[in-house]
Amino acid sequence: MVSYVIRRLLQSALILLGVSLVTFILLYLIPADPARQIAGRSATAQTVENIREQLGLNLPFYEQYVRYLLNLLQGDLGRSYLQKTEVSELIAARLPATLLLMAGAIFCELLIGLTMGLVAALKRNTPTDTTLMVLSFTGVSSPQFVIGILLLYVFAVQLGWFPIGGYGTFMHLVLPSLTLGLLGAGWYARMMRSAMLDVLRQDFIRTARAKGLKRVQVLFGHAVPNALLPIIAMIGIDIGLFMSGIVVVESVFGWPGIGQLAWQAIQRVDIPIIMGVTLVSACAIVLGNFLADMVAPLIDPRIKLR
Amino acid sequence: MNSTHDLEGRMTTDAKPDAVALPAPGQTSRQTSHQPRRQGALERLLRRKLAIIALVVIAIIVGAALFAPLVAPFDPSEQFFEGLTLEGAPLPPGERFWLGTDLLGRDVLSRLIYGAQTSLIIGLVANGIAVAVGALVGILAGFFRGWVETVLMRFTDLMMAFPALLLAITLAALFRPSLWIVAMVIAMVNWVQMARVVYTETRSLSEREFIVAERAMGAGLGRILFRHILPHLLSSIVVFGTLGISTTVLLEATLSYLGIGVQPPTPSWGNIIYENQTYFTSAPWLVFFPGVAIIALALAFNLLGDALREVLDPTQKGRH
Repeated sequence: MVSYVIRRLLQSALILLGVSLVTFILLYLIPADPARQIAGRSATAQTVENIREQLGLNLPFYEQYVRYLLNLLQGDLGRSYLQKTEVSELIAARLPATLLLMAGAIFCELLIGLTMGLVAALKRNTPTDTTLMVLSFTGVSSPQFVIGILLLYVFAVQLGWFPIGGYGTFMHLVLPSLTLGLLGAGWYARMMRSAMLDVLRQDFIRTARAKGLKRVQVLFGHAVPNALLPIIAMIGIDIGLFMSGIVVVESVFGWPGIGQLAWQAIQRVDIPIIMGVTLVSACAIVLGNFLADMVAPLIDPRIKLR
Repeated sequence: MNSTHDLEGRMTTDAKPDAVALPAPGQTSRQTSHQPRRQGALERLLRRKLAIIALVVIAIIVGAALFAPLVAPFDPSEQFFEGLTLEGAPLPPGERFWLGTDLLGRDVLSRLIYGAQTSLIIGLVANGIAVAVGALVGILAGFFRGWVETVLMRFTDLMMAFPALLLAITLAALFRPSLWIVAMVIAMVNWVQMARVVYTETRSLSEREFIVAERAMGAGLGRILFRHILPHLLSSIVVFGTLGISTTVLLEATLSYLGIGVQPPTPSWGNIIYENQTYFTSAPWLVFFPGVAIIALALAFNLLGDALREVLDPTQKGRH
């Protein structure tokens, strides 16, 4: 177990190193000249050249990468080209908003998904079941920008229940969380349904019924907890979905998180920020997967870590 | 068939009634080989209502895309003078322009019909590449193990650690976006899922008794791979390939919505929303209709993929 954990941690570190290399190569290849961008249009060739030298952009590729890595090890993600601020500071300032949004999304997806899955399993093969499963598929098949814009139109513009965008109060959180969580809710509904059907078929459920427990007791005392455990372990994996989702959801709702930071940076080709956000996202995804793998054998002892 | 008690204590069968693999005439119900089961697959697929609805939706969209010049009421890029109000705002759905007009006075229905071509081309091309690459990587890694497995699967892990959309956006920013570039970008992001599925299955297959037995009896590599492993993978490849089309359609729509996918004036369902989003409070149909089109196509392929999953492998019940 301990050796497995150590091996996984080393693997994770290698993966992150790989991510940094691939991202660095991609951004190096982008046909844009950061030095000219920083200098501005009216700058002389000499100024541009000075900036290029100052940033180390005149160095060969591998030297630039090694420089970046050495700085990274000291927690230095570099400086934004355009905002002239430390990237780590920019990300740190935006991270709480993104984490809040993700927490809201996890709440929404579990609440909606698990309820739908539970009801569908209990009403198996009825029109209710079919309707719920088609709905769950619709959640999975809907692009987040469409859901976001339509939710905004109906609940913010037409009904005026929620603010049109921005950040600050609980009301601001509702629509973005719902938009980000709906995709996962579709998956959870399907997982919960099949997990419940599996559990309901087990001998211990029959035993519980046979010893005279009420239906509700069997359901919430035995069936639901057993169905729920393997599903809860999946939350770690959702981080990947969220990290993609926040770019769109945050820009639709004007949510000041790292997704919007990344999107603005991409539009302005502010490479240190793109690099920083990609690395932070990759860290979060790797950590989520790691936790999911660690939790799995605790929940189901049949899973062995090798 | 296993019979169990459900909560009410009634005797029920395991399989969903609509998913019961009814043997085709002349077939015994305990077929163990793969071949005879697939013969009835289409028949069993067509017995499912949702699958039929999905097929009809796909057929309508494919038909619209193929015969776009015949079906579309107008030229998708013609800017009608009478397509705008006197104030220059887009027209709501009406008698002449069924689904209204966009901010340049172009017919939304015609743009949607031509946009179907974009979605389908990208859906099929990008997904085709992703399926081929993913399946190849998965089979090689799962069967050969050793360093092949290490290299391929660590690279797959690396790809999994990327936020897919962020990677796609960065890649799209690298090139001047065109239809084919967008398809390539999507394929580069989407092969990972297929690789993981095929890898896991190949790996567990190659440890199963019948493969071990084949190996012990001295069967050649080709025989094991093509005669014993590939037929077992086919179901998964078909199922995840179908589901993948929907992922691809959604990613294309998202990239185009962000303005870095398919570029106007070529209509795509995503870029129709991108072009018109500033108008969405006063002209919601400009978001609603393309949105419905995207959801309908993605949903149809998801439903079809799910139906195929149950039809091709009745022992598997739902996802995970």
